Parts: sequence; structure tokens; C-alpha cells
Amino acid sequence: MTTTLAAAQYVDFAYILAIALFILSLKWLSSPATARHGVLAGEIGAAVAVVTTFFNPELVEFKWIFIALLVGVIIGIPLGLVPMTAVPQRTAMSHAFGALAASLIGISEYYVQTPRITKFGMVEIALEVIIGSLSFTGSLIAAGKLQEILPQRPIVYKGQNIISLAVLSSAVILALVLMFNPGLTLLFPVMVAVSLCFGFLLVMPIGGADMPTVISLLNSYVGLSAALLGFVLNSRVLVVAGALDGSSGFILSVIMCKAMNRSFTNVLFGAFGQLQVSAAGEKEERTVRSASPEEAAQILGSANSVIVVPGYGMAVAQAQHKVREMFDVLTKKGIDMRFAIHPVAGRMPGHMNVLLAEADVPYDKLIDMETANSEMPQTDVALIIGANDVTNPAAKTDQGSPIYGMPVIEVDKARTSMVIKRSLNPGFAGIDNPLYYMDKTLMLFGDAKKFVSDIVHELSGGGGH
Amino acid sequence: MPVGFTESLYVFVLAGFLGFEVIKRVSPLLHTPLMSLTNALDAIVVIAAIIICGRHESTLSTILGAVAVAAAFSNMIGGFLITDRMLRMFKLSGRKKQ
Repeated sequence: MTTTLAAAQYVDFAYILAIALFILSLKWLSSPATARHGVLAGEIGAAVAVVTTFFNPELVEFKWIFIALLVGVIIGIPLGLVPMTAVPQRTAMSHAFGALAASLIGISEYYVQTPRITKFGMVEIALEVIIGSLSFTGSLIAAGKLQEILPQRPIVYKGQNIISLAVLSSAVILALVLMFNPGLTLLFPVMVAVSLCFGFLLVMPIGGADMPTVISLLNSYVGLSAALLGFVLNSRVLVVAGALDGSSGFILSVIMCKAMNRSFTNVLFGAFGQLQVSAAGEKEERTVRSASPEEAAQILGSANSVIVVPGYGMAVAQAQHKVREMFDVLTKKGIDMRFAIHPVAGRMPGHMNVLLAEADVPYDKLIDMETANSEMPQTDVALIIGANDVTNPAAKTDQGSPIYGMPVIEVDKARTSMVIKRSLNPGFAGIDNPLYYMDKTLMLFGDAKKFVSDIVHELSGGGGH
Repeated sequence: MPVGFTESLYVFVLAGFLGFEVIKRVSPLLHTPLMSLTNALDAIVVIAAIIICGRHESTLSTILGAVAVAAAFSNMIGGFLITDRMLRMFKLSGRKKQ
């Protein structure tokens, strides 16, 4: 008796150590200089917790645990080696896995506890399993949209919000029925199925442009389900890890919503990108000024300061490595070139920074939107590559614009703006951009990679400027 | 109210506030690694899955536990791996790649 008690205490001490390491791990992420220590701290914490768990006296059968761990390694390693452009869908997949694990544990716990489960315990489990299940299907749909297996356009139909809410309500009603009759073991899988449906209905109508917010929201749901699981199992280590993950996802969703000037309800039930399709039709003829790679190279070569505004289009065109070559050439010429990163550039929070870091752009050359906007009036050239809505001046001036109020990078304040774009077609969200018709804007029509490559050739070639 | 609920609630509220304060300070440069790291940390649910799987209370709980172990552990391995890969790419000016 005393020995098992002591063993349980050692397990607790190990878990407390793991939690302390987890918090340090996140703390060290405050700067790129210390961030890798953070990963190491997290790894040690996780290893301590996992190894200690094997000393739990309740364990009687180890074979399946080891097989499952092996399967986890086999799935996990490829998921850790995906290319950087695929990190958003990988992240959505890992939300799905996290939610799956949390739900399955909750489901299993229900069947283990059923005959003697309390009303309170039933509520905890039901809530945990509902959130876990809806996050599971929601994340799978998000991953499918990001991987472009599923259509990126919002899929909407009449009365969809009413249907979605009806489905969610039925899950809650089933949970309440189970609270008073926990023995209705056949009803429990129905509640799980209804929650899975709700996750599907929740994310399906949301468009690709909103994925950074959705992925962050799902992150916080997954954290919440892990924390609730901690309540169910009386495991503080899960409560803490879940609370940390949940607050992280929540903070990121708030940042993403602010960066798009949207509210949570608007993202979840607004189906962004619907109205604009009709509005984009009525366009009058306006003139644009365009330039060749030679002219663009000349303007860049004679500038003192250049701010590049990259968007996901740059990564789609695989142009980031050419852009870094341009960065090298211009920096060698003594020109100050930096990158202005809008919070929703890329497909998940911080995605653009990773894509540029992968292309060997030093991180001290990546500046945020506020810094970029305060320096834009003193900037000679703003070069927009594969970004559209985040540079749209209509967001500040045109109250009728669907993105009115969204914070943008004020490229129109620079002395010259250059936009690399395939054509004048409106972007992802289908919103027209008046920047293209301004006098000081030069349109550089063409494929981003080819165009930048031509500029680099011109700059490093015989130009002599 | 079941045993341990209030203690869990204490811990949840404190950890939530602590998480909020710590994560607010994470550099916006690193928001993608932040998400993959918190994913890996959240995969600590694997310890609960191990217990469910290894307690061997019923065939169902062993199967569900085993699937949960695999799902959570793949997150843990993959999450730490990709976070470290991303962070290795972040360099200051003047330093060439290794």
C-alpha cells in the first residue's frame, strides 16, 4: 500500500516537472533566438511524462500500447517532414488527431464509468466528447480545404445557419437526456454522430480566405477538449496542457479576427466571399500603367528603400527563392530591402514568416504591419508580390467595400508601388483593388517567379545602375 | 460535485491566465511554430490514452485507447519535429546557412 502510494506521488512529481517544462517551452518562444531551447524543453517534458506513465500501477497490458506508439511514430514522422507550404493543412490534420484522441478517451471513459457515473461526470464527458468530435470533423474539413481536395469557395445553402444550430442543439439535448439517464448507452453514439455532423456543417461553409481564423479557433477547441478531459480523468497535467493550448488558439484567433476586421460570429456564420461575386461584375474601364522587368529593375536599382509585401500567391508561384535572390542583389547594392508581413498573409498565423525564413530571408528583415505603415511614406518602392486584399486602399476609404475597416499595409503611401500580378482579375475574395489604377502604381504583369527572376537577371546583369 | 473538480478548476483558471500572459509575448514571427508546438504539447493526452489502453478494462476501451495513443503520439512526434525544422530556418542577417 505505502509503496504504491509513493509510486503515485513520484508520477505526480514527474507530471509537475513536465508542466513546468511546457510553460518554459512556450516562454522561450518569445524570441527566435531562444525558441529552439523551447522545443527541447517541451520534448524533455513530454518524454518525462510519457515514460513516467509506464510506472502507473493500473497498467496490466503493454503490447497494444507499444504497437500504437509505433504506429504513432510511423504516422508522425512524415507529418513532421511536410514542405513548409503544406504546414497549414498539416496543422489542421494534427488538430484532427488531437481532437480524435481526446474524443476516443472520453468515449471509452463513458463506457467504463457508465453504471456508476454521476450526473456531473456525465455532463463533463458529454461536453468533452461533443467539443472533441466537432473539432475532429471540423479540422478534417479545414485540412481538405487547405489541401484543395475540397472546394475553397464557401459552400452555402438556404437556411444553413438554422440547420447548423439545430444540429448543435440536438447534440446538447442528447447530452441533457444522457445526464438524467446515463444508462442509455445507445444514445451516446448518436450524440457523438450528431457532434461529428456539426463539425462538418460548421467548417464546410467557410471560405479559404478565412482559414487562418478557423484553424486558430479549432486549435482552441482542441485545447479545450484536452482540458475537459483533464476534468473527466482528474488529471491536472491534461488540464494545464489543454488550457495552454486553448489560450494559444484563442489569442491567435483574436489576432486573426482583428487583422481581418471580423468577429467570431461573422467568420463562423458569415460565409465570407459571397456578396463580392456579384459586386465584381460591374466594372468600368480604367487605365493602368504597366512596366517591363527592365523598367522595374531600374526603379528598384535606383531606390534607397524597398518594402516587399508578400502574399500567399508568392508561395503558389514558388517565387520566394527568387525574391530572396533579389533581396541579396539589392542588399549588396546598399539598398534597404525589407518584407512587410500582414498578420493574415499566408494560410495560417505566421505562415509567411516561415516561408520566407525557409528561403533564407533573415528574420530581422521581416517587419510587421504597424512598422511597415509608419515607414511607408519614407519608402521609395513598395513591391507587392502575390498579395491583394491586404494592400487594398479601399479598406480605409470605401465604406461600401466588403473589406472596409480591415487593417491593410498602406502601400499607396510609398513613392512608387509595383504590383506583380498575372492579370487584373480580382483576387481570392473577388474584391476589386483600386490600388491598381492609381497614378503611382506600376503593374508588372506576369508569373511572379519569372518576373522576379528577370528583375534579378537585369539587376545583376549588364544594367550598370 | 465530484472529488477533484474544484482543484481542476483552480488549475484550469490559473493555467489559462498564465498561458494568456506567456503566449501574448510570443513573437508574431513565430506564430506558426507556436501552433505546431502547442499541438505537440497538447498531445500529452497520450498519457491518458496509454492508461485507458493498458488498463485493459474491456476490448472496446483497449481498442479506443490504442487508436488514441497512435493519434496523440503521432502529433507529439510530428509536432516537435516540424517545430524544430521551422525554427532552424530563422536566422539573423549576416549569417549564412549551415
